[in-house]
Amino acid sequence: MKFIPNSTIKNNMLKETGLSDIDELFSDIPKQIRVKNLNLAKGLSQQDTEQKLREIANKNKTFRSMLSFLGGGIKPHYIPPAVKSIISRAEFYTAYTPYQPEASQGFLQAMFEYQSMIVELTGMDIANASLYDGVTALGEAALMCSRINQKKTFVIPQNISWEKKSVLKNYTKGPGIKIKEIPYDDKTGKIDLEKLEKSIDNDTAGVYVENPNFFGVFEDSVDKIGKIVKDAGSLFAVGIDPISLGITKSPGSYGADIVIGEGRALGSPMDFGGSSLGIFACKGDFLRQTPGRIIGMTKDTDGKRAFCMTFQTREQHIRRSKATSNICSNEGLCALTAVAFLSWLGSNGLQELSRINFDKGQKLASTIGSIRGFEKRFTGVHFNEFVIKCHDPNKVDKELLKRGIQGGLILNKWHPELIDCMLLGVSELHTDKDIEKLASALREV
Amino acid sequence: MYRSAVYDEPLLNELESYVKECKSEPLASLPASLQRKDKPCIPDLDETQIVRHFFRLSQMNYGLDSGIYPLGSCTMKYNPKICEEISRWDNFAGIHPYQDASTIQGNLQIMYELERMLCEITGMDYFTLQPAAGAHGEFLGMLLTRACHEFNKDSQRDEVILPDTSHGTNPASAAMAGYKLTEILSTKDGTVDLDILEKTLSEKTACFMLTNPNTLGIFESEILEISKLVHKAGALLYYDGANMNAIMGKARPGDMGFDIVHLNLHKTFATPHGGGGPGSGPVGVKEKLVKFLPIPRISKDNKDNYFFDYDYPNSIGKIKGFYGNFSAILKAYIYIVMMGGDGLKEASEVAVLNSNYMKKKLVDSGKYELPYKELRKHEFVLSCEKLKQDKNIRALDVAKRLLDYGLHPPTIYFPHIVKEALMIEPTESESKYELDKYINALIKIADENPEIIKNAPNNTSVKRIDDVSATKNPILNWKMI
Repeated sequence: MKFIPNSTIKNNMLKETGLSDIDELFSDIPKQIRVKNLNLAKGLSQQDTEQKLREIANKNKTFRSMLSFLGGGIKPHYIPPAVKSIISRAEFYTAYTPYQPEASQGFLQAMFEYQSMIVELTGMDIANASLYDGVTALGEAALMCSRINQKKTFVIPQNISWEKKSVLKNYTKGPGIKIKEIPYDDKTGKIDLEKLEKSIDNDTAGVYVENPNFFGVFEDSVDKIGKIVKDAGSLFAVGIDPISLGITKSPGSYGADIVIGEGRALGSPMDFGGSSLGIFACKGDFLRQTPGRIIGMTKDTDGKRAFCMTFQTREQHIRRSKATSNICSNEGLCALTAVAFLSWLGSNGLQELSRINFDKGQKLASTIGSIRGFEKRFTGVHFNEFVIKCHDPNKVDKELLKRGIQGGLILNKWHPELIDCMLLGVSELHTDKDIEKLASALREV
Repeated sequence: MYRSAVYDEPLLNELESYVKECKSEPLASLPASLQRKDKPCIPDLDETQIVRHFFRLSQMNYGLDSGIYPLGSCTMKYNPKICEEISRWDNFAGIHPYQDASTIQGNLQIMYELERMLCEITGMDYFTLQPAAGAHGEFLGMLLTRACHEFNKDSQRDEVILPDTSHGTNPASAAMAGYKLTEILSTKDGTVDLDILEKTLSEKTACFMLTNPNTLGIFESEILEISKLVHKAGALLYYDGANMNAIMGKARPGDMGFDIVHLNLHKTFATPHGGGGPGSGPVGVKEKLVKFLPIPRISKDNKDNYFFDYDYPNSIGKIKGFYGNFSAILKAYIYIVMMGGDGLKEASEVAVLNSNYMKKKLVDSGKYELPYKELRKHEFVLSCEKLKQDKNIRALDVAKRLLDYGLHPPTIYFPHIVKEALMIEPTESESKYELDKYINALIKIADENPEIIKNAPNNTSVKRIDDVSATKNPILNWKMI
């Protein structure tokens, strides 16, 4: 079974095409670069393939086989079977980009609903139909700020993940946007407001703040930050965790111009970090500057409600080198997952999920904080991740692994100033028993 | 006769909610300045309502499992079910990217081995799996180009050259990386004009981006001369792998002289397009560019344990969070394991055979023209110019009428050098029966009453859509209704 139905009738088809040998179809390839065969293993049957993959899969451990408290912007979350069932519809997942809207109304309507829910969560006017992930979304946000106001500096907190900084550097290299980092307050773990205010000048295209930030700490002075950025005539970009938006107010309510985030937590598995979902929403004024696909509602010739891709003149397939972004394939299926997940939760469920994650975060922090030798590194109120200081986190990590527990993310590799610190994360999937299991292991190490 | 399901399916927020609203007390421990007061308008529905809603929507969507989907340069080949099933196993999907290396040996093995398989298929020396899509791979390719020239103190090179047949993502990606673009005209054969190329190349040229076979489906037979010219000028040669499904096991971009290659796992390696993603756009390079590849790379220690290797001081860093779209990476790995070298080769052979079979039948019908060279690879581009002249029927009209036959239209109006273009790529997945059905439909449409064609489609869930008013009067979410 090689998924090639015409395999056995090649000769007949060649004849009908006026050819006698398959190689005639490749006669335009210069002889010196033709290859005879690929040096790859012989193909396996489906049954043998499954067996081979099972053996490889068994070399992995997952959250189900090994308790884990890793965070860093990605955590295990519950995925309802209804969501899995919806996104397993082959009409959805085997479709291409809806260039032919009349044959793609289902996906288009779902994307319209996705955009609507993201707008509701973020308090923005419009949202696009997804970017690659929350990390590249930051790159696109910085580019968009500079496109809008022609300024060339982008301000970020020092404490965003190193991966985001690296991606941002690469995204902004082309147009020559400078990145300026604002330190965090060593005590609270929040952004240093004074330094932020001082660092914004006439050339600041945009200011990016995360809420909660990479240390899990809520930036509770967002109203003030919003005002500082606005007064300086710069654009305000906010990074969010959608799960937190059930209890925290929307970035739109504190003056954000652009909201980005990672949406994987909305129904997608961790998948080793991908597939991912880049959330991108902004004020309506910037519609023509947004990157990525946007779905709109319109009518068909009978006047019936219908949906289609719109404002395509921003996109690469029309505008080529003048496009707002090069993005073509995005993360459509993950956006579908997110809208199915959010509708399964409803606003009540989201609030509840948000609250549980907050409560688990507090519970884990207070449990570990009460163990000798472990203390919460920052005083700021946190969501479902936080930084713990302890002696020799590498040793702690090893000892935990011996006990079948994956501890937190050790930070000094990427944040050299944070010696002896690890970032712990927790979600609705962690039971009180799990938290107790970690605590008793930590008491031993 | 084909008829799509038609539902007047309300929007989620128009469905009636019977769920009791929960009033929860504000969280005392959350700072007051952050408390959410406005409840997001996300409808509270029952699971039965939600499942039925999305089920109905799915029935108003045409996927590859519904039928032929011959979009040119998109390689809509069958997505094997086994790949879907295995990729959902918790032992793959349930893994956190920062887990200890000892607990992720399986995933690392898959990435390590896939990188090597892709090297063999393309003739490149090293691969990275980090880019999330083809365009993302192109962008990485441009960053690598820049890093290479900067490293060689050759950073005055600020131009990228590409043919007028290139995919739209090519110029967009190069522009995003800060390059100026020069498009060069194709010859009357639809291939790269060597004289123009030679005149355009200079000490300012950073890179020449090329798709081979190109978007007309024509193999650039002078590729070795092109490669010589580009390298003589000190520039790099970039391979857009969107059309790799034409030449697997027949020729390799690495042997043609390409320095950088991107592939689309969601095209050539059968991972689903997902309605527009997630995709995966691995990038392969020749030895001289290896040190600039993104981190982390996957290495093996002396005990044959895999690990993430960050120790590459000249690396450009990262272009995506974590390591790429792993679910797509895994599905492509499974596909290649099943196909083997011979299977991949046969896939390309039959993809090209199917394309030339369709091309011949359609050209012989006399209803459509085939501008440029005769021999095509996995795709070919017809022109509806004659239909337009004779009956005022445009490529768009033909596409819409195909929908009434239950057939997905080809890519239209691309590449731009073909007037009223129909760009058809059947792939190896279609049986002769499906190909004949498609051929007959296209021939029949050419003779149909123009009124019927202009009013198509009628058998889809909605009729022809007014996308002009969607821009004039934008409604982009339910708040704007």
